Amino acid sequence: MSGAGGGRAVGYAALAALAALPFFLSSYFQHLAVQIVIWSLVYTGWALMGRFRLTSLGHGAFLGVGAYVPTLLWNNYGVTPWLGIPAAMALAVLLAMVVGYPCFRLKVVGHYFALVTLALGQVVLLVIVAAREITGGSLGMTPRAVGHSWYALQLSDKASFYAVALGAWLLGIAAWHWVECGMQRPALEAIAEDEEAAAAVGIDVLKEKLRITALSTGLTALGGALYAQYLMYLNPESMSGVGISLQIVFAAIAGGMYSMFGPTVGACFTILLNEGLRVLFGTHFVGAANTIYGALLVVFIIFMPRGIVGLAERMVARPKPPGPAAPVVQAAE
Amino acid sequence: MDIYLLEAIINGLLLGGVLALLSLGLNLIFGVIDVVWIVYAEIVMSAMYGVYWLYSYYHWPLLLACVAAIGIGALIGVLVHVVVIQPILGSAPINQLLATGGLLFFLQSLATLLFGTDYRNLGIRLPVIEIGDIFISFSRLIAFFMALVGAVLLYLFLAKTYLGTAIRAIAQDREIMGLMGVNERRIYVITSAIGGGLAGLAACLLVLQYDVHPFIGLTFGPITFMVCVLGGLGNMIGGFIAAFIISQIIAVGGYYFPVEVAEVLAFVFFIVMILVRPQGILGK
Repeated sequence: MSGAGGGRAVGYAALAALAALPFFLSSYFQHLAVQIVIWSLVYTGWALMGRFRLTSLGHGAFLGVGAYVPTLLWNNYGVTPWLGIPAAMALAVLLAMVVGYPCFRLKVVGHYFALVTLALGQVVLLVIVAAREITGGSLGMTPRAVGHSWYALQLSDKASFYAVALGAWLLGIAAWHWVECGMQRPALEAIAEDEEAAAAVGIDVLKEKLRITALSTGLTALGGALYAQYLMYLNPESMSGVGISLQIVFAAIAGGMYSMFGPTVGACFTILLNEGLRVLFGTHFVGAANTIYGALLVVFIIFMPRGIVGLAERMVARPKPPGPAAPVVQAAE
Repeated sequence: MDIYLLEAIINGLLLGGVLALLSLGLNLIFGVIDVVWIVYAEIVMSAMYGVYWLYSYYHWPLLLACVAAIGIGALIGVLVHVVVIQPILGSAPINQLLATGGLLFFLQSLATLLFGTDYRNLGIRLPVIEIGDIFISFSRLIAFFMALVGAVLLYLFLAKTYLGTAIRAIAQDREIMGLMGVNERRIYVITSAIGGGLAGLAACLLVLQYDVHPFIGLTFGPITFMVCVLGGLGNMIGGFIAAFIISQIIAVGGYYFPVEVAEVLAFVFFIVMILVRPQGILGK
């Protein structure tokens, strides 16, 4: 990002254009826009950890907490989502800390970290299913509908919801910016590179990892909460567990997890691709869209691990020595 | 002792056999190639469809369909390695894991495309054996013994044959073995075929007990990974023991609590164990 005034002006103009977007779109495209913005937030949240080699395969856990807690509070106690969502985020962060603290303390990394998080995603999924008395189990549940209400965050027009989601997404981008420009990024990159060495130069490895994990999981929970409020329907499979956790990982990687707008591009790409293929194939070939999507993912990970944005950056930028943000490829053994 | 508790323990033992069988192939792949096939459960799913299709649609004899399914598993295993893993063998392990994850989506969606999302079964109902007041599922009993047979055969192959020795040697030190004249590439392809074939074998036994649908891999995939990691990734005997521990937690837990709670207990046990003993129960 060029920090110059010109760059900033472009940024504000782009933001204004984004804010005005729904007024130019039909209801169907508004629906797509809301989905894209919400998932962009979730993917950005995941990439905050993913880019530093904290590969979580269990972000569905935090998505699930974010989705269910505000709805349960609203349905059972009439607590407004404006309080319920922060509560859900706090709970998600707490959950992340309970699992993250021992993981980081005992240096669980790589495969093992990925598989612990995968298990965590399953735990949340199973708890939601097991608590079917209050969550409806596999059948899912709906927030108690009260018609158009800001208090209940149930907005009948998509443009209003889009505005809310866009605000949340901006929060995610701001968090990314904060990490990118603060002392956190070099510290976390050093940790991703070599934990022992980072500790030796005085980086508090545990604290840095916990901080980025808290940020990442809190934003993911926020995204989950907004998605549930928007759809007005929750079910355990689409809100937690392995399937959705992997979807988060892949969309973020496809877009480019090392760039601020990479995950957002990933959300645009995956959602538009999915819709496009769905329209193209109609309902005759259920699964065709995802088959192509799956094949593309494999191609992405093999040939362009930095995603779409990474590829674009490489094509635009003049050749220069790889910056510190470059992914470290292990030497072939 | 409570008769139902005894029944739960015995059924847990049999479930352990199925889990052990599932974990064999995954463990072999990890131990030798040092790659986690997140797609493993989906290979099992594909082979289950293979059995279903050959048996129900083309009316092959069941045994022949099962042999074919093992072949299908082996073929997919080779393809996974040659197409996906080989090009990125040198990159970060987590990338390899994620690449096979992309394959997971691919196989799942392909199955949806080809077979739809219906639950399908062979329409074979194997008898339930009754000993005293205890009911034991016959298909689980077969799975249990096949797991034992599979494990013993794999052990003999690895311990007694030249190829098996080469595979074990590669697992121990991949750099030196190249110098010793072992063709690393060939060994990896063969290992992948065996790993996929074991997935096919597991599929033959699972298809007797469960309905096939495109997302069935998500139901037992996580448990399979858990078993492998708990036993120490790449450690076959550890995997076997872990399979029985996990299955007992699920079975006995399921006796006292709802089954989801029992599974939660198993996953929590797994998370705690990974923190306490990341090298697995039999690790050094």
